[in-house]
Amino acid sequence: MRLAGVQRSFGDVHAVRGIDLTIGQGEVVAFLGPNGAGKTTTIDLILGLGEPDAGSVEVFGLTPRAAIARGLVAAVMQSGGLLKDITVAETVELTASLFAHAQPVGDVLQRAGIADIAGAKVGTCSGGQQQRLRFAMALTSDPALIVLDEPTTGMDVAGRRDFWAAIRQDADRGRTVLFATHYLEEADAYADRIVLVRDGQIVADGTGAQIKAQASGRVVRATAPDLDPHLLHQPFVQSVEHRGEQLLIHTTDSDEVARILLSRNAYDLEITAQGLEDAFVALTSKEQN
Amino acid sequence: MSAYDLDRRAAGGGLNPTLLRIELLRVLRNKRTMIFTVVMPVAFFFLFGTNSAYANEVVGNGNVAGVIMTSMALYGAMIATAATGSTVSVERAQGWSRQLRLTPLRGSAYIVVKVAVALAIGLIPVLAVYACGAARGAHMSTAAWIVSAVIVWLGSSLFAAFGLFVGYLLPSENAMQVIGPAMALLAFGGGLFMPIPDHGFFHWFSTFTPMWGVSGLAHAPQTGWSNWWQWVANLVVWLAIFVGGAVWRFRADTARV
Repeated sequence: MRLAGVQRSFGDVHAVRGIDLTIGQGEVVAFLGPNGAGKTTTIDLILGLGEPDAGSVEVFGLTPRAAIARGLVAAVMQSGGLLKDITVAETVELTASLFAHAQPVGDVLQRAGIADIAGAKVGTCSGGQQQRLRFAMALTSDPALIVLDEPTTGMDVAGRRDFWAAIRQDADRGRTVLFATHYLEEADAYADRIVLVRDGQIVADGTGAQIKAQASGRVVRATAPDLDPHLLHQPFVQSVEHRGEQLLIHTTDSDEVARILLSRNAYDLEITAQGLEDAFVALTSKEQN
Repeated sequence: MSAYDLDRRAAGGGLNPTLLRIELLRVLRNKRTMIFTVVMPVAFFFLFGTNSAYANEVVGNGNVAGVIMTSMALYGAMIATAATGSTVSVERAQGWSRQLRLTPLRGSAYIVVKVAVALAIGLIPVLAVYACGAARGAHMSTAAWIVSAVIVWLGSSLFAAFGLFVGYLLPSENAMQVIGPAMALLAFGGGLFMPIPDHGFFHWFSTFTPMWGVSGLAHAPQTGWSNWWQWVANLVVWLAIFVGGAVWRFRADTARV
């Protein structure tokens, strides 16, 4: 899958402003960003539900519409997309009837873990069950790429874990998975690669560890009543927060900061690596800093 | 990593019997639609069409009961096709149309399914009302029985287009709440609930309403083809308006992101 220089605006709103992204077969990629970062718009372009204003979108060397028509791409949407007045099994059967090479309905229900509610009306299913049904529908065409837009919104912790277990198991067979999310743990735990977007642009791209390293740095925490604040005006100090007597220093060189602090009688010194959450905040809110 | 066959295409734009069957079942399971399309027209026939004060008066090659039978069958068939067509509004509201765009199903194939289901459902009130008519004193010539039933059935497809148009026009789930009362009003214009006077404003006005033409044609096998070209003209114009409107809204809908 390849996006090149893709842009898309709605009136004055530039939802996507120049995204270049190539995803190889078998990758599990998280599309991570705050709400309004352009994730859903980008996904719509990949699914052929919209046309880019500029740039090109190619899926398996085809246009998105052609890839959809061949059943190569399937999507699990965040909400909607289900008929409430038919049963779970009928929904999958109906979806299967639209594709040339559909998987058997029973298998698909089994793999999505909803074989036990096959006879239930969709309208009576819980949010988690409906999401599994959307996943089952996506599996029906045995797609080479599955795109999931915020798939676990509204699921409880157990439901979320089961859902991802099913997705991961499925990805291990060589399916490419692209999912949008604003849950950091989800991206870190389930993706091989994280693409971080902000304001319609990619701000970081790599494994969870790489992204953490890119946002870099550690947090040094200490109590330092005698410290002259000017001593911390250093290029390797990113920010200093005061919490009463305590200082919280974000830095790319924790050793040097520690040395300065200890030479001024600081105590209770702690050095911690930034989590992905800090990296996420650092990378997605750079302009405000 | 398994290899994926990249050249697999769906046949026939996704049109298939399973889709047709499930769509048909959806309408048949909808109790409200069934009450309005089958129970009500049959009840109306018994209410108005079996009154011994006038039911046996001669009209054309049959009697008044025959006229009322045709009217009620047409009313039921038109409600059935309009209700079926308008289900697209619920499907749009529930995001189903969008989901279908992620499948090989072509938009045009989907419309074909909707019209086919509408006609299949429309057949039920025609058969039900005509069976009741045959049992309870409706008369017309043998040819008129057959030809009028066919015209009622096929003519009701005009309102499948109407239902689709309204379904694509209205953004929410309540298309049927608009269609129900609108159909009842239009039925007066078509003379389905009471005869249209031969002259005067109401006569003139009703000739421009969309049920007037199809109603005239449906009754013609019994009562005569006197105004046939005006009925045909009315039908053709309204069909063009409804189909054109539905196509216009359908295009706008699929272009939307």
